[in-house]
This record gives sequence, C-alpha cells and structure tokens, in this order.
Amino acid sequence: MSANPQAIRAKFWTPGVLVMAFFMAAGAVTVLARFIGGIGYVSNLSTARPWGIWIGIDVASGVALAAGGFTTAFLAHILGRHYYEPVIRPALLTAMLGYTFVVLGLIVDIGRSWAIWKPLVYWNPHSVLFEVAMCVMFYLNVLYIEFLPILVEQFKGRVKMPGPLAALDGVAENLLGLADRILPRIMWFFIIAGVVLSCMHQSSLGSLMLIAPTKLHPLWYTPILPLLFLVSAVTVGYPMVVFETTLATASLKLDPEMKILSPLTRITIFLLGTYLALKIGDMVIRGTYVYLLDGTAQTNAFLVEMICGIIIPWIMLLSPAVRRSRRRLFIACALIVGGVLLNRINVFVVGYRPPVSENYYFPSISEMLITIGFISGLMFLYRFIATYLPVLNRPGQEVSA
Amino acid sequence: MELNRRVFLKCIGAAGAGVAGAATDSTAVHAWESRAPADPLGCLVDLNRCIGCRKCEQACQTVNKLPQPEQPFDDLTVLDKKRRPDERAYTVVNRYYPGRRDERDQLVPTFVKVQCMHCQDPACASACIVGALTKKENGAVYYDISKCIGCRYCMVACPFEIPAYEYHNPVTPRVMKCTFCYERVENEGKLPGCVGICPVEAMTFGRRSNLLKIAKKRIESDPGSYVNHVYGEHEAGGTSWLYISGVPFDRVGFIQVPHRPLTELAETIQSSLFSYLWSPIVLFGMLGGIMRAFGGKSDRDINHKGEES
Ligand code: SF4
Ligand code: SF4
Repeated sequence: MSANPQAIRAKFWTPGVLVMAFFMAAGAVTVLARFIGGIGYVSNLSTARPWGIWIGIDVASGVALAAGGFTTAFLAHILGRHYYEPVIRPALLTAMLGYTFVVLGLIVDIGRSWAIWKPLVYWNPHSVLFEVAMCVMFYLNVLYIEFLPILVEQFKGRVKMPGPLAALDGVAENLLGLADRILPRIMWFFIIAGVVLSCMHQSSLGSLMLIAPTKLHPLWYTPILPLLFLVSAVTVGYPMVVFETTLATASLKLDPEMKILSPLTRITIFLLGTYLALKIGDMVIRGTYVYLLDGTAQTNAFLVEMICGIIIPWIMLLSPAVRRSRRRLFIACALIVGGVLLNRINVFVVGYRPPVSENYYFPSISEMLITIGFISGLMFLYRFIATYLPVLNRPGQEVSA
Repeated sequence: MELNRRVFLKCIGAAGAGVAGAATDSTAVHAWESRAPADPLGCLVDLNRCIGCRKCEQACQTVNKLPQPEQPFDDLTVLDKKRRPDERAYTVVNRYYPGRRDERDQLVPTFVKVQCMHCQDPACASACIVGALTKKENGAVYYDISKCIGCRYCMVACPFEIPAYEYHNPVTPRVMKCTFCYERVENEGKLPGCVGICPVEAMTFGRRSNLLKIAKKRIESDPGSYVNHVYGEHEAGGTSWLYISGVPFDRVGFIQVPHRPLTELAETIQSSLFSYLWSPIVLFGMLGGIMRAFGGKSDRDINHKGEES
C-alpha cells in the first residue's frame, strides 16, 4: 500500500482550535512576565529545586514523546517497511514540532536565554548535559531537513508569493528544484544520523541524574537509568504515533487506518515487556522494593507509573481484539504515553528530594500556564501544517498500488 | 509477518554484539581518574571554637560586594532560623542545640558556618554544560560568569545544595556561591574574607594536607572534646573545606554524602559510551549496513494483508 499524504484543507478555526489559541495567548503573556520579572517572578523554583516542570515536562517528556520520529524512520526507511509509510509524515511532524518546543522550553527555562549558543563554543565533554544539548541541536536540524521534501512537494512549480515578493518567485522555484534534485540523494545520511543522534540523547537524558545519587529517590536512581530511558523512548515511539494519529484523524474526521496502526503495536508488546522486565529486575537487584509500601508521594507515583503506565497497557496489548479495536488500542497507547510522561516527571520532579532542605515543590500556576501554552502551540501548529501541507494520509483516495 | 521478526532479531543481535564488544574494550581503556589538584589550599573549621558572631558573614558581604542583608550582621536573632547560603549571601552561620550542657546545666550551642565546600572533584564543575565552573589549582571552585547559560544543572549536581540563583534577574542572572575569594587569594596573596576576620581563629587556612594533620592532632590531643571524624576528608571524594566538631555531625546539620566523588559514575558511564564517539560511529555503520540490505528493497510487492497474522 502506498502512502498518499495530502493537505487536509478542512475548516481551520474550529472551537477546539480557539481553545488552543486561548491557552497559547495565556502562555505568551506568562512568558512575557518571565522575561520582565525573571524566572523567580513566575515560578516556584528555588536553590533546592532548580528544575521543575519546564525541564520535567517541556524538555524531558517532550524529547521522549517525540521518539515516534526516529522509530518510524528506522522502520520505514532503514528496515524498508514501506507499508508503514503513511504514518511517517505525521510522526515526523510531531517530532519536528516536539523538538522545536523543547528548544523553546529551554529558552524560557535557562536563566540567560540569549546565551543559549554558548555550548557551541565552550565545550565540557564531561557534562552529560553538553552531549544532550549537542545532540538535540543537531537532531532538530536533521528533522527540519527530513521535513523539507514535504515543502518541496507542496510548493514546487506553484510558488506564488504576494505583492512585490513575486519578483522572487523564480529564485524560490530554483531553490525548490535544487532541493528536489539533491535531497533524495543525501537523505539516507540524515535518516541514519537522526536515529543515531536520537539513541544518544534519549539515553543521555537518563544519565543526567546519575550525578545526583543523594537527590533522586532510589526507586528511580539506578546506574541503568540511561538504558531505561532509551528503552522507554523506543517503546513509546509507536504508541505515540497511534495516539496522535488517532487524535488527529478523529478531530479532522479522517479514517484512522487501523490496518497500519494495529500491526505497528505488535512490536510494542515485546518492547514494553522488555522495559517492564528491566524495571522490575532493577528493582529486585537493588532491593528497592522495600520502599513500595511506605505510602510516600514518591512510592505512589512509582506504583502508578508501573501499573497504569506499563503493566495494564501491556496486558491489554497482548489481546489481538484490543489491537484491532480503534478505541481500545487508543486507550492502551494513551496509557503507555502517560506512563512514559509520568516516568520523566518522576525522575526530574517527583523523585527529586533535596537532602538538606527537603524543600517541597509544586509548580506555580504560571509555570503550568507556560507548559500548557507550549503544548497548545504544538497542537495548533500540527493542525495548521496538516491543514495546508501534505502530511496526513487520505486513504479514501488511495491509489491502488 | 515472519520476515519482520527475523529481520528485527537479526538487527538486535548485531547491535547487541557490537555494543557489548566495544563497551568492554573502551571501559578497560578509560578507567575513571580524579582531576583533583594534588595539594590545594583549604580551610579547617573548628566548630568547638566558633562563637556565632557573624563577623565572617559580614566580611564575606564586604569583600564580595554582596547586597546588604535584611537584618544587620550584629542582629544575632537570625541565628535561630536555619538559614542556607543564597543569592545574597555566600555564607551563613546557624546555631544548633545538639544537647550538650555546661556546668550550670545550660544547653550549649554549636555554631556552624556553611558555604561551598570546594570539592576536590566537584559535581557542579563536572556537570556544567559549558565548563563555567572549574576546580583551580589553589583549591577554589571558580565560576566564570561569561560562559554560564543559566541551565542550573550545577545546582542539581551539587550534593551540598550550595549554588543559588538570581531568580529575580530576568536577563543576566548569575549562579551565586562562595568563591573561596579566588582573586584575593591568588592575585593579592590575602586570606579569604571570612578567615581573616574571625576573632577566635575558628578557621585555619592552609594546604589541605596540613589541615588534615592539624585536625587529626587536635582530635587526638583532646579526644574528649571532639568526635573522631574530619568532615570533608572523604565526603564527596574530599573537599577543600574541612570541619571538626565536638558533637556528631548529623546533629548539627551535616548530611551524609557518599565517600566516592559523585562525578565518578556519571563520567565513567558517559565516557565508556561516548569516548571518541565510538558508539555513534559503530551504530551509524550498522544502520547503514541494514539500510543497504533492506531499505533499498521495497516491500510494496510483498503481499500484505494488513491484518494481524
Ligand atoms: S559544594 Fe557544591 S558548589 Fe561547592 S564545589 Fe562542591 S559541588 Fe560545587
Ligand atoms: S547554571 Fe551556569 S554554571 Fe551552572 S551548570 Fe549551567 S552553565 Fe554551568
């Protein structure tokens, strides 16, 4: 079956989009407040709690949940499973937007936003964060390059810029033509590089906390944290594709293409099972199960993560009936996505216990507004791009290949 | 769908073998090494001597041009609150009543000065994304504002929760922590502000190896007055600031910290995974091979029923 992505050209300003726009505006005002009054003016961050939900959700979860991009690229382009091509572009779009918002989130979170380029000049090879930053930067560019063919496809031979810019139409056409000729020949490099960079920083994101053994709760602090982060990112890739494709197709009233999504999640049984085995094995070997019944917020968050985010969806996916049902498959995948999201929040926020001050942190309303604003912005752009560029598949008009 | 599984397993197998082989190679080559200076300067604090006058806090504020505190330095009521160094003060003195009593059965206070420990293998410096924090030969953990981007990973890494941040500065906030008066000591040959002013010589400044000797001698010559522990000798792999005390350290606000440098595990894992970028290069090669073998071929012609098999 061949992919037939098309611009959707549905009505754009639906009530849902208006809600997104509202949250984006609220987020934008809060971002403005952050740049006028400082991080301390809008957030509850402190000496004891230097990282909050901006790192836990916007950055760490953003990276993890964008894993659909490299996992589908691996499947379709490297393993040559072209059957799955229809989900490649939506996954690529999610990844591209996801990483874009990761960087936007970082710009808000770091104290000297204007200095964000400095790691390019001042290197600290011992720093895990340095490696993560380099990979994220390169990978973001790889994603933009991987997205270019979609632009070429949409605009080549059709460039018509408004007003005086029309004079540049010819130049633009030439550029698009050039891109069209060159890109297919070099794309293999960027596709492989994208997978390599992803494996590197997905795991290193877990290594970030290895330097704080006295701060991260023992339920999460383990030397295999980088492995757990990598495996969970790979695991969440396809469920995330199912999750967002189902959402997007439902809200744009398209066919959800179950015949692609169902087989996509079969490998998830194996991956999620591996992740579960690693988590439980790690818990048994380090003896951290002793904490399981102590009733603290950390333990409860861990139990929710394990049971609702891994065990329940794993059991659900074992059943072919669940995998065939659009609704139940969506629920299982949403649980997996939620589980990985919770894991990242747990590692960076809930499980973080400053040993001296035991300071309590709960995100302020403003911190949440900024995070929600970013998520709305991401969904808004997704919809906008899917409306005007050939991203989502139109199986209704499928070419019989 | 048999093809799928076979291909997948093959890849995993190849990847596993490659990673395992290369990992054993490189860990053997790169055993972790401390980058601590051999004999840095340091400072020994004797909690039995400190009288809680807060003169050191004031001297620190003056020599480092820090903002005036809300309550003046001669106001000793602040001692009742457990304060932490913050973005306005590099050092604070806290008062504890760990339960010792004098002849008249009055509780005897113990005063504890808190500041950056200037670790031998500082977690903050290993973590810093741009290397803005560095351990200097003279022992100071030095902060170079011109590199800092404000990611606050140093604050996450520091086991003593020392670096503070100017959260209320919107554009040019700084990480704030004790500088060990680096410039004063290195360029002007003076004592750190706090050490110079102390009226009771609660602090001794000198080579770390010497300070350890002095500390142990004091403990040995008066074992009744000291607990047998030099805090900072091994904590976090050793620190330039050292403490001796008459009461157990955990009763006067000191936390337990691993005795190995905190940087060891993170740096070992990081360098065995990525030194010379061997793993990305191997992975790139493997993926390239797989892509050549399978990616070029189209499975469009393979008859997919598109259902569960
Ligand atoms: S005490 Fe903290 S801030 Fe000071 S050198 Fe050690 S890790 Fe760095
Ligand atoms: S806040 Fe500054 S000093 Fe601290 S880790 Fe980040 S760049 Fe380095």
